[in-house]
Amino acid sequence: MAELLQHLLNGLVLGGTYALLGIGLTLIFGLMNVVNFAHGEFYTLGAYVSFAALALAGVDFFAALAAAIAAGAALGWLCEIALLRPLRNESIDTTMLVMIGVWIAMQNAELLGWGGVAKSIPHPFPTAPLVLGPVAIAPLRLFVLVLAAGLIAASWLLIQKTKLGRAMRATFQDRDTAALMGVSIGRIHSATFAFGSGLAAAAGALLGPIFLVYPSMGDLASLKAFSVVILGGLGSLAGATLGGLLLGIAEELGAGYVSSGYRDAVGFVIIILVLLLRPSGLFARQERIA
Amino acid sequence: MTRAGGWLVVVAALTLPLWLRSPYHVHVAIMAGIFAVLAMSLNLLLGYTGQLSLGHAAFFGIGAYTSALLTLKLEWSFWPALAAAVGLAGAAGFLIGRLALKLRGAYFVLVTISFAGVISLVSINGIELTNGPLGLPGVPAPELGPWTLRTKTAYYYLVLAAVALSYLVCRRLVRSRIGRALVALRENEPLAESVGVDATHYLVLAAVVSAALAGLGGSLYAHYTRFVSPEVFLFTYTVTMVIMVVAGGKGTLSGPLVGAVLFTVLPEALRAAASWQWQMLSYGVLLVLLVFFLPRGIVPKLAAAFPGRR
Repeated sequence: MAELLQHLLNGLVLGGTYALLGIGLTLIFGLMNVVNFAHGEFYTLGAYVSFAALALAGVDFFAALAAAIAAGAALGWLCEIALLRPLRNESIDTTMLVMIGVWIAMQNAELLGWGGVAKSIPHPFPTAPLVLGPVAIAPLRLFVLVLAAGLIAASWLLIQKTKLGRAMRATFQDRDTAALMGVSIGRIHSATFAFGSGLAAAAGALLGPIFLVYPSMGDLASLKAFSVVILGGLGSLAGATLGGLLLGIAEELGAGYVSSGYRDAVGFVIIILVLLLRPSGLFARQERIA
Repeated sequence: MTRAGGWLVVVAALTLPLWLRSPYHVHVAIMAGIFAVLAMSLNLLLGYTGQLSLGHAAFFGIGAYTSALLTLKLEWSFWPALAAAVGLAGAAGFLIGRLALKLRGAYFVLVTISFAGVISLVSINGIELTNGPLGLPGVPAPELGPWTLRTKTAYYYLVLAAVALSYLVCRRLVRSRIGRALVALRENEPLAESVGVDATHYLVLAAVVSAALAGLGGSLYAHYTRFVSPEVFLFTYTVTMVIMVVAGGKGTLSGPLVGAVLFTVLPEALRAAASWQWQMLSYGVLLVLLVFFLPRGIVPKLAAAFPGRR
């Protein structure tokens, strides 16, 4: 029982960051109809920015996280303006090919810039785990879980309570009508892509200190983000949050009780099974965002 | 290509080892041939059905592992192992096709990626069978009657025969009723179905042939490098195939050939000037540029520039 609880807790920590990845991707996918295969590269970018800030510049953890989010959002915004905006009326396959190109280019740019050797991010937390009854958790992991929850809550507030969020929801429901009502679709798309990329970078900055940072880390992150979106349904913030937690827990349980070598297979199997059996996602309400 | 141009290419390909003095150049030609088979295979799906398989390295890898395991562990000879590699890859294509071709576009892409991911993890973790990350060394060279095809020149002709066979298979398929059905489905699926084209049937057929050809490429690769490891499932192979097809011209017969030759020779020629990472980086940039400036590829562009040729 204690073992199960421990796995669930570890899964929750992973799941929180998967949810951040998934929220970003589901907004981009659902709102812009862009299959963003470069999503994981923004995650990698966040991890490297955090590495540079913590290990090289020596700032604190919050400043590093803020820098990662800012870098992810800025590059995302640039990417949307330069590559996606001119192709807005092209088919989904066209933008998908472009994003595959961005993925390959960004990953190899990171490989050139940082080298292929994995880096570990130093963090200021004590390594002795906090013991909470039957389970134990490293302070860093608890901190990551809390920050992830905070960012998810902030995203929810942004979508539900701000004018920008309302415009995003309107664009998701009906782009043409939203445009007729005075919503600037171009600005909404830029904001959405920057926001989603910022969240992905945040996930990278949060998980970076727990795991190692290396150039191809984004590949699995992309696929996990896609499994989260597929689990949660397109454009659904609540679905992405639940999907992220579910994937994190499923991975921990799979690694704990089946085989740790097949940990990453859990996401793949989820993609295949959900798409084949229930293609609209487990919690899908297709007509809504958030 | 006009008929004369086509024959010129055939003659050039047949006499190529006579022109190439260095074994290294023959090696590049062999790799170009293997990639031509792979690019033609991907083109059947991406070009003619419009469905992008980003897990194509899985079929390549299945072919390579099948051939290597059968010759190493069961001591089969090359030809039955080759046939088994093609067959098993085709069967995997059937399975994935039956399952995934209910889906279209991005969802099909995701299922193919996931399939490749699972197969790759099996090759890494299934140590009893695959020897894990260490791979399988000592895959034997092919035998043809009394001869063993050890020299690069001999292997070149084997690969050339495979390229020719794949080309003829693709041409036969594309120019038949099946090919017309595939193009009709790509252009307008509801319309095609309304006149009685069974979408699933034709798409699965394309997936089987495409996967089988990728398996052929995998087997040829295994017996050429004489070594198979989980690296055959690397995403890099899939990316290279996609670049070759998109650059050469998807949905054309000669496009993948042009793309394969170009993107095997070019990186080798640039190897001294730029590291492998720079090459991959430029592949990414190139893919973006192609979508913006040459969305249909080189062959259709040339065909438009020289009317009268096809």
